[in-house]
Amino acid sequence: MAILINAEHLSRYYGKHCAIKEVSFTLAQGEVLGFLGPNGAGKTTTMQILSGNLAPSSGRVEINGYNLQDQPKLAKRSLGYLPDTPPLYKDLSVQELLYYCAQLHGIPKKAISSAVIKAQDRCGLMSVSHRLIANLSKGYQQRIGIAQAIIHNPDVIILDEPTVGLDPLQIKEIRDLIGELGRDHGIILSTHTLSEVQAVCTHVQIIHQGQLILKESISDLNQQMDTGSVLISTRLKPDLTILSALAGVLSIETMPDQHIKIAYRLTDNPTQRLIETIMSSGWELQELTPLKRSMEDIFITLTQANN
Amino acid sequence: MSMILTIATREFKSLFLSPLAWTVLAVLQTILAYIFLTQVETFNLLQPKLATIDGALGLADIVITPLYSNAGIILLLITPLLTMRLICEERRNKTLSLLLSAPVSNIDIILGKYLGLLGLLLLAVLMITLMPLSLLSGGVLDNGKLIANVLALILLVTSFTATGLYMSTLASHPAVSAMGTFGILLLLWILDWSAGLQEQRSELFEYLSILRHFQNIQSGLISSVDISYFLLFTASFMVLSIHRLANERLQK
Repeated sequence: MAILINAEHLSRYYGKHCAIKEVSFTLAQGEVLGFLGPNGAGKTTTMQILSGNLAPSSGRVEINGYNLQDQPKLAKRSLGYLPDTPPLYKDLSVQELLYYCAQLHGIPKKAISSAVIKAQDRCGLMSVSHRLIANLSKGYQQRIGIAQAIIHNPDVIILDEPTVGLDPLQIKEIRDLIGELGRDHGIILSTHTLSEVQAVCTHVQIIHQGQLILKESISDLNQQMDTGSVLISTRLKPDLTILSALAGVLSIETMPDQHIKIAYRLTDNPTQRLIETIMSSGWELQELTPLKRSMEDIFITLTQANN
Repeated sequence: MSMILTIATREFKSLFLSPLAWTVLAVLQTILAYIFLTQVETFNLLQPKLATIDGALGLADIVITPLYSNAGIILLLITPLLTMRLICEERRNKTLSLLLSAPVSNIDIILGKYLGLLGLLLLAVLMITLMPLSLLSGGVLDNGKLIANVLALILLVTSFTATGLYMSTLASHPAVSAMGTFGILLLLWILDWSAGLQEQRSELFEYLSILRHFQNIQSGLISSVDISYFLLFTASFMVLSIHRLANERLQK
């Protein structure tokens, strides 16, 4: 698949302070890359560099094959960017702003109004299209910010914390939109909510103190999350010796409230055998939960290991 | 080119969305109308005497030249207030990234912003010019003088706007930008005052003075020296602004 973003050895210094150091990665078409990191890790700096708002101290960025420093106009043609604060002229109406953005991105005159309508429709802005941006809520302003980033149907979409300030319903809508866009575009989004990454991204990248410490696809990450244990609760007290004798079971730990935690070998998952045993012994299975390391756990382990 | 026009049109329209542009035009027009009427009155008083003198001052000298001189001074006060927002406010409201991440060059942005605001000031010049033109209904005007005055005022606002735009790219707060622009313009305006004292004359200061070049053109002596002064002045500040905007990406 086509490589849309190729960032090589990006570093950025603010005076002596190093915001990001030797960051390299690529983004291909059809990927939704989640950019994770604690506050001040360099997420926004990286995004600003990728969008051409900030020049890197060293390193280079290629967007759709064009070098962002040498051919900025060509590179930016295939770029849509939502900064951490949506860049909105508050004294314009939604429609006027989107019209202006469409013009700025060089959409041919005849296609502008249909592009504006499409962007409004995708971001759920139809009902407010004639209202002044200043009078709209934060959630709507965020959506206008997304609308201006996708109006010209760019190959690469960079979203800096796109769901901040939205209510749960809107968050779901925006995630669906990102998923839909992600099929034929390349998307980078930064966030510090880990569930968001799990919900929409195909790849995840963790940045900490200016350096990339993890880049993996979500399915690899899900494997990493497998801890190899299940939590079981039954109505009657089970005979632990029978359970521990089952193939694949490594150890059993009793927990409060009639729960038992069973650790098993990752290569030999005994869940089916456990269920059968419990059923046939009549202990009445009430709950069976595979225990996963949360994204938070991985995140914390990784960031602490690097401290 | 089309991008420059797009940005300029947006800027021009946005000016009229806030009360500022309307206020500026209204205030300018009211004050200048008052000055204009006073000068017409003066001319009415002097006319019987002037008619007897051969080659005496005409309507243009008594009404038009003072009108445009005063317009120049008022614009010196007003232009900084209009230019202060140009880049500075975009940076403060974080809307600048809309332009920076769009496929437009720094030159497009600066020229667009410049032409947008210049449009408003040219509109003001046009409205001022309507006043002397109204005299045509009842008298004869020295057309050459009028054209020279209009040209002088247009050149003046182009250079004022360029200065203001540059200060706006520099300053982090609009008030600072306005104060800086006003300071530069006023200094260049009064630079020539020392020329009155014979032994303190400095050719450099004389050349730098905006007032001197403005008055030269006003008087009807349209020379390439004066015109090139204004063009150079404007171009220098435009180049500085473009350069400053390019630095925006480097520093922060």
